[in-house]
Amino acid sequence: MRIVVQQQPFDPGAQMNAFAAGRDDLGAIVTFTGVVRDDPANPLRQMMIEHYPGMTERALEKIATEAQTRWSLGDVLVIHRFGPMRPGEQIMMVATAARHRKDAFEAAEYLMDYLKSRAPFWKKEQGADGEGWVAAKDEDEDALTRW
Amino acid sequence: MIDVLYFAWVRERIGIPREQVSTDAATVAELVEELRAREDRYAMAFSDLSALRVAVDQDLTDFDAPLKGAREVAFFPPMTGG
Repeated sequence: MRIVVQQQPFDPGAQMNAFAAGRDDLGAIVTFTGVVRDDPANPLRQMMIEHYPGMTERALEKIATEAQTRWSLGDVLVIHRFGPMRPGEQIMMVATAARHRKDAFEAAEYLMDYLKSRAPFWKKEQGADGEGWVAAKDEDEDALTRW
Repeated sequence: MIDVLYFAWVRERIGIPREQVSTDAATVAELVEELRAREDRYAMAFSDLSALRVAVDQDLTDFDAPLKGAREVAFFPPMTGG
């Protein structure tokens, strides 16, 4: 398991190639990359992500460890950035490796659902018309009930 | 003494990211009452607890959680990771 919380950008391609490299017992790798989305109706200048150093790493480890107990996984990677980002930049990435694809897909979805509302990150959007904190969505909280 | 941390709009409303608080509060809710009584900016930040989340020693918990032995309490809005 590898958990990375950093301000600087990362290279998803390089991360994917390095992930579970040399593990020929793992037949499935799933990756998800989250990207800063622009809104043509209200152009985004910058996204600022705040986090809670210490608790962030702890929460991500807890979520990844739970995924490992629920599914048969060979490896798990979570990278999440904080600080200022522009539209199109990668915010975060999860990768899961398993013998079979079902475990890898489900675990990746689980990680994403929990990352959304149980990891201490907060997004602030800064656009031409001012700035505001992104509100949590009820559907993100509801998504946890299926696990 | 306990370290109290604020994040996102809670931090903005209160105006500081963290402070040390001398308190005898037995629970998070009692600590919130003490903070509310201090100044308007605290009363505003804590006006609607349903819009807030709390962590004690970096674990997410509830407002009725005990504070005995706690070193750090953090208040913040619902998280928006991913």
